[in-house]
Amino acid sequence: MTDALHPLAAERPALPRGRRLPLPLLVLPAALFVLAVYVWPTLGLFRTAFNEVGPTGAMVEAWSLQTTREVFADSFTAELTLNSLWLSLVATALALALSYPVALFLFRTRSRFRGLLAVVAIMPMLVSGVVRIFGWLAILGDRGLVNGIAQWLGLISTPMRLVFNWTGVTIGLAESIMPYMILALLAGFGRLDRTLEEAARSLGATPLRCFLRVTLPLSLPAIALAAGLGFVLSMSSYITPRLMGGGRIFVLATEIYEQATTNTNWPVAAVLAIYTLVLLLALAVVARLAARRLQR
Amino acid sequence: MNGAGRVLSTLAGIVYAMILAPIVVVVALAFSADDFIVFPPSGYSFRWFQALAGNGPLLDALLLSAQIACVVTALSLLLGVPAALALNKGSFPGREALQGFFLAPLLLPTLIIGLALLLFFTPLHLTATLPGLVLGHMIVTLPFVIRMMTTAFSTLPDDIEAAAATLGATPWRVVRRVTLPLAAPGLVACGALSFLLSFDETVISLFIAGPRASTLPVEMVRYVEGRTDPMVAALSVVLIAATLLVVILVERLVGVARAVGN
Repeated sequence: MTDALHPLAAERPALPRGRRLPLPLLVLPAALFVLAVYVWPTLGLFRTAFNEVGPTGAMVEAWSLQTTREVFADSFTAELTLNSLWLSLVATALALALSYPVALFLFRTRSRFRGLLAVVAIMPMLVSGVVRIFGWLAILGDRGLVNGIAQWLGLISTPMRLVFNWTGVTIGLAESIMPYMILALLAGFGRLDRTLEEAARSLGATPLRCFLRVTLPLSLPAIALAAGLGFVLSMSSYITPRLMGGGRIFVLATEIYEQATTNTNWPVAAVLAIYTLVLLLALAVVARLAARRLQR
Repeated sequence: MNGAGRVLSTLAGIVYAMILAPIVVVVALAFSADDFIVFPPSGYSFRWFQALAGNGPLLDALLLSAQIACVVTALSLLLGVPAALALNKGSFPGREALQGFFLAPLLLPTLIIGLALLLFFTPLHLTATLPGLVLGHMIVTLPFVIRMMTTAFSTLPDDIEAAAATLGATPWRVVRRVTLPLAAPGLVACGALSFLLSFDETVISLFIAGPRASTLPVEMVRYVEGRTDPMVAALSVVLIAATLLVVILVERLVGVARAVGN
């Protein structure tokens, strides 16, 4: 309308689509921040991995692989790696077994409270990790809920050790990654076709057979992605191994913190951190490939 | 086949009980009358809330965490909202790459970011200072603000902005008088999330906090490690209540803002 009347209108975009907003100026502060406080320190971390540790324990500027060699020559590194991988594997399997029914339930339910139930399922995400770990200490501790019930039932006479060991860390870790896995599974279930299940049931398959032969195979890609996510989150989790482990559980994450703070051995901390990152990257790639292969 | 079925619902119910157990136990424990973590408690009282009110280090940490969260929220919005606006309004080469760049900090585990910041901040004497902690938390909050606000801006209707521009408003005026008021619900939600993220941030803070400046989660970690009494449960109840309050407040505010917007 106005375009025809205004001679310049044709050259001007109808919407103020940025043309005259100083876009670079708007982006610059945030970009500078990310560069200065994220990119630069991360590069610094990689740089530190090439430094050496002097005989006094002080850091010596260098460009060598001396620290890397020392870290991998130490058998403790292999032990830490196995601990981390094993812990993450068991925690992820446990979390998957628990998350799957919840995700499938949320996917299928016609309840009016579906929204509320979904929020409750991911509630651990909204409550501080330290608070939840404190709750687990009270449930699993020597004088906690589980031991109390077991003793009351006469199953045991002395308390079971359920915290400050691998059992406690595994349970705490599984719970902390469950919300993320539930969300990942729910996102993946979008591909689940209900008509296939209905066809199986109407052709006489029992509910269990229908689940094992139709639902489960169809949800394998979602499982692969959720498991990958849970594994990566477990590998990089620090608070749970530290608090539920009570200082007796040694994984890559706790060792990185220990080397960086208590020992102030920065080159070793940096090498271990980069090593962990490489492991995580490899795991993420494997999970992605598995999910893609299963989708076919 | 309707709904979830009985077997599945039962299984889900058991898992739900597990998910809620730690939180229920913490709330019950906060009112314990015992000296140690015993569940179920042998009696109930408010003694741990009273003890909390007299605990200087935890209260100092609470105050510092609240201060940090406020500054972090203000700065994240100040840097993030213009960036999100530019990402949304502009169609320049490298827009996608820039968006990826802004979200990159979410890729690294906070364990690695914390270590990188410790190495970076120590020579600059920024460890265990308020500015250091603020910068550290902003690495987590800024990507969230940019992502949330880019989405919020993209869901706004174009026609009102177009109308304002057609009527002669300068681009700045359109942003100030039309875009930002329309995006107010998103801004409020974004600010609240940013506050909660900063307030709860634990791992990065553990690396860069120190005796001179320690945040609440760091003090809670130390307390849980050192002592075995229900005080942290009392503190947790206060925190859970405060979180719920923020969520409800945002819901109300955003609801009201939406009503005004309509």
